[in-house]
Formats: sequence, C-alpha cells, structure tokens
Amino acid sequence: MKNLEDLKKQIKDGLSELDVVIGWTDSFDPLHATPHFMRSEADVDKLKVDALCVHNLATYLPSLKGKKVGIVVKGCDSRSVVELLQENLINRDDVTIFGFGCTGVVDQTKIRRAVGDVGQVEACEVSDAEVKLSVAGKEHKLPMADVIADKCQTCRYPNAVVSDQFVGDEIKATASFEDGYKDLEEFEAKSTEEKFGFWLGEMDRCIRCYACRNACPMCVCRDHCVAQSRDPHWLSQEAHVRDKWMFQVIHAYHLAGRCTECGECQRACPVDIPILLFKKKFNKEIKEVFNYEAGLDPEAKPPLQTFKIDEPTIKEKEW
Amino acid sequence: MAKFIKSDKVSAWLEELGQKHEVLAPRGEGDSIVFKPYDAKKGFNIEREATAPPKKACFPQSETLVKFSHIKDLENPEKVALDVKETIPDSSWVVFGSRPCDARGFTMFDRVYLNGKHVDVYYKARRENTFFITLACEKGETTCFCNWVGSGPSDPTGSDVLMVPVDGGYFLEAVSDRGEALLASSLLEDGGSKQAEADKVRADADQSMGEAQDLSKAPAKLLEAFDDMGFWEEQSAKCLSCGACTYLCPTCYCFNITDESDGVKGERIRSWDNCMSSMFTMEASGHNPRPTKAHRLKNRVGHKFSYYPDLHDGVISCCGCGRCIKSCPVGVDIREIVLNAIAYEAKEKAND
Repeated sequence: MKNLEDLKKQIKDGLSELDVVIGWTDSFDPLHATPHFMRSEADVDKLKVDALCVHNLATYLPSLKGKKVGIVVKGCDSRSVVELLQENLINRDDVTIFGFGCTGVVDQTKIRRAVGDVGQVEACEVSDAEVKLSVAGKEHKLPMADVIADKCQTCRYPNAVVSDQFVGDEIKATASFEDGYKDLEEFEAKSTEEKFGFWLGEMDRCIRCYACRNACPMCVCRDHCVAQSRDPHWLSQEAHVRDKWMFQVIHAYHLAGRCTECGECQRACPVDIPILLFKKKFNKEIKEVFNYEAGLDPEAKPPLQTFKIDEPTIKEKEW
Repeated sequence: MAKFIKSDKVSAWLEELGQKHEVLAPRGEGDSIVFKPYDAKKGFNIEREATAPPKKACFPQSETLVKFSHIKDLENPEKVALDVKETIPDSSWVVFGSRPCDARGFTMFDRVYLNGKHVDVYYKARRENTFFITLACEKGETTCFCNWVGSGPSDPTGSDVLMVPVDGGYFLEAVSDRGEALLASSLLEDGGSKQAEADKVRADADQSMGEAQDLSKAPAKLLEAFDDMGFWEEQSAKCLSCGACTYLCPTCYCFNITDESDGVKGERIRSWDNCMSSMFTMEASGHNPRPTKAHRLKNRVGHKFSYYPDLHDGVISCCGCGRCIKSCPVGVDIREIVLNAIAYEAKEKAND
C-alpha cells in the first residue's frame, strides 16, 4: 500500500480515543497476513496492508459491541460494516472506520493451484502486477490477474463506502452487476441432477467445523445457531452429507439480502468447498425481486427485514 | 525387514490390500486433499500433507454406539419396550499415506481410551484393526513443529510400516509385527540396496526442521497464566471460535453423545466435539464454565500443553502437524501462544 505511512499516522492519532484498532500484520509465513489488534503505537508500526490482507475484519465488530473500536476496511469489508449498522448490531458512534481504495486481494487457493505446494514459502513480494514467491528454493512469478480473488475481478465497490478517515486515492471500478454472476449463470445452466450431484460431492468432505459461519460478518447467531441446537432439533449431529447440505441452505437463506459477497465463508473453509456460489444465487434473486444490493446504504433496510404492501418490483396487482 | 516398491506398483499394492482390508488413502478433492476409501479410478495423492488427517479411521466424526427402537405392546398401549443393539465395528482398515504426525497422534488417544481407567470398546475395536502405512516427510513445512513435541519427520511411533521416498519408489520398513504381514506382497522387492539412500532422506528431513523450542516449562507456565483472562483475551483476540483447528487436529479426541431418532427408531451416536464451540461443556443447569472464546482457546492450548502432560508422564498432546495453523481462517498460531505463555512471567516482570 502506497499510503501505508499516512494510514499509520491516522491510526496513531486516533489511538488515544479507541480501545483497539483492527488491521492486519505479518503471519506465520511470508505468503500470509493475519488480523492484528492494535493498542499501542508499537502495534501500529507492525500494520501491513497489501493484497495478502484478505480477512474481512468486520466479522469482529459485533463481539466488540460496547467498546470503542477502530477498523481498517477495504471496499467489500465496508459493506459488511454498513450491513451491521443497518441491523443495529453495532453503534456508529463506537466505530471509527479507516477506509481505503482496494486494488484486490489474492486467492490463496489459486496460488496453491499454480504453485502446487506452498508449504515451504521462504519469501513473497506482492505488487499490483504480480506475486513473486520463493518456495522450497524455487522462484515463482504469478501475474496478479491469475491469482486475484474472483470477487475482486468483478468488484464494483473497491473504495470504502463508509469511512471516517479515507487514505489514498479512490479506485475506479469498471465491472457491472452482471459481470459478477457469470459463474453462477454457467452453473444454473446445468440440469437439476447435475447441480445436486455437484453439491453432494462437494459437501461430502465438509467437516462441520462451521468456519464458514464464524468467519461470516453477518452470521451473528453463532452461539445460538440452529446447526448445533438440540432444541429446536433441526439438524442431527451425524456426519451425513444431507445435514451438511441442509446447513448451507439454511446459512444461505439467512443471508438473503444481507450477504455482501465478501467471500469469507468460502475462504475460511479448510477443505475448499465453493460455498459462495450458494450466497450469490440468493443475491441474484434478491436483486431481481427487490432491486436491492446489501451493504451500500446505512439507512436502508434489508428487504427480508421489512414489509411493504406494494413492492415496486412485484406487480402482483397487475397479474 | 526392508522392502522397496516402485512408484508405479503402489496402486496395485493398494488394490491388493483392499481385498483384505478397507483402505483409506488421501486423494485430491476440489482443492483439498482428504482421506477417502481408496478408489483405483480416483487414485491417491501423497505429494503433500493431506488437508484433513485420517482421524476418522479410529475415531469417526460420527459413530453409532447403539441402535434402538421403541416397541409398543398391542395388549397394553402404555407399555413400551426398548430394543437396544450395540454396534461394535468389526472390519479392518489400512490407512495409507498418512504422515508420521498423523499416526503418532493416535498414541495420545490410546492413553485416554485404552490405557486409562476405562477402555473404550468402540475405539479399541477400530484401533486394533487399523494399520498405518506412513510416509516419512522429506522436508518440514513452515507450519510444522513435530520436532518441538518430541517427534520428527520420519518418526515411526504409531505406524506399522514406514515408507521413505527414494529414487523410483519407496523404501518400506516394518515398524511392528503387524507391519511385517503387510509387507508380504509379491509386488514388493527386497529393499536392502536402498537402505543408505533412505537413511540420507531421513537425515536430511531432520535437518530441514528449524530449531526445536524447549516446551518443558509449558505445563507450569500455562497454569500460572490460567487466571489472567487479560492474557487469554489478547491471545484469542483474532480467533473466530470456529472448530476448524480441533476437527483437523490428529490429537483432539473430545466427543458429544446424542440420540438421533426418527419416529420409533433411532441411534445413539458419538460425534466430534470441539472446545471452540459455545456448546462445549455447557451444563444442564445452563451454566457454561467456558463462556467466551478466550476461555475456550485457553482450554485448547492448556489441554494439549499442560493438563494432558501433567496426567500422562509429560507427553504433550499435540503432534506438531501444523494443520491448526495452516487451515485457521485467521492464522491463529498455537506455537506463538505456547511461547507467549512460557514467557509469561518475564513479561510481567518487564512491566514492573
């Protein structure tokens, strides 16, 4: 990030008023970043912001309700903050948002696909153009276009949509809504049997760890989730694919009109199940039925949390 | 007894083993590698450590303990009899291509389920009938720390056969008597001439591991930090409290028991529990002794590096496979937490 020093200064200036500021820092190897909870100037000096900073830190906000929290957000992360504000899950006065214009983050799965094994990363350099890696003594140069997350390739909101401090220049987005759903349209063209077969195959390796749920900034039920509740007893504790599948369907329904497609569910999955596709399906439907996109306007209400006698896009009186 | 198998004969060997046993082998699925019943058409992948360990071989994610049904008495409708059938597993399994950490992980289970006050009959039935053909690692990954916990990249503990990759195939050594029987196949050649090469691979692998940290003070230090919730909140700040680390852990053995019924029939199952879950140790009264993620992560680290070693001759209940670090969605690093706990006192003094 070009303006990292400016961002650090903004955070240091705000630190005395805040209990904690959440950003990113270096992780266990040079290819990974990790969420970073900053309380001192020395902590802020360790802040890192680049294409490896994939985590949507908004996930932490509801559990820090009542504290004064600063948060560093990319465009997509800021949409989760907006959504949390809409649902009164956080208080605007308690959150200081440090936003910036994001040029995209890497997809670690794509990097693994390209390199084969990233167990022994010795060095990593990230620029807007490429990821340069040294793995077990071998050099790899991966063009960013090949390893950037899919969501970034079709991003329409690279700049934080809400912020108290914005650092650096705004980034211009060029993608359209439709661009983001081409993969879904390809999938929808398959037969019902093919689609169901695909999901049974993918969900079979799910370990029911619920990383998808806990990484999701909008999955706020967490400790009261139907997946583990015995009363009501919606799902069994068996390792059967039908229960795993059922949970994903429930998860997707709960996020209809709320999901901002940050992709944390899929990124968090340790066994790489492409579960974002579920969420995209619901979002595409919500756009068609309610002409609504989540996480853009703090004053708006998600369509499934409100009721209008006349929905502008549903012409039931003209049927 | 040392044998050698050519790389292109491995599939045939697995098929041969499959005639007598159920074979679990790692294979690529999507972008991950998971242990599945071996299927010749789908092959196997032992190029890198599997994403998920073969824990289910001896400890399935969900396992039927008994099957039951309620039988109504037609003469007396208020009288209901209960028919219960115990379901002890009776087949045998071969786990192929697991890593030394994976096989050694079950030795932590053994102390609890086989050698403790009570013997777990379900675990025993599987454990005694499961054979491990383990592949020694040629090099540690950045997340590997088996050498910190008293092991190493070619540690044979818990394995029946140890495979070492050599030119053109694998050098095979029986570690147990049961392993000798697995090496009786005519597909295998005498391995004597490959011994020196295999020894070098093993020595190089040991060399590739970073310096081991001394964890001998961890049990006492973790107890010392036990009541300092500020310390634990700091250590767990970024944790999402999901269960990926425990479910991918070859040494996590906590379970839950539930009855899953449908009408008059049902099963009592045992399924993996997870100390990161809010339901873990939730009491019937509604009291939860581990109400926050800080309490839960404290339990996970404390159990492995303090409470378990205190009960089991100092043995650390972690095999150092590093999956909890590698697959954590937010990069929580258990090594870092243990080292912070070991440095706990020093930190306190520095603040004075």
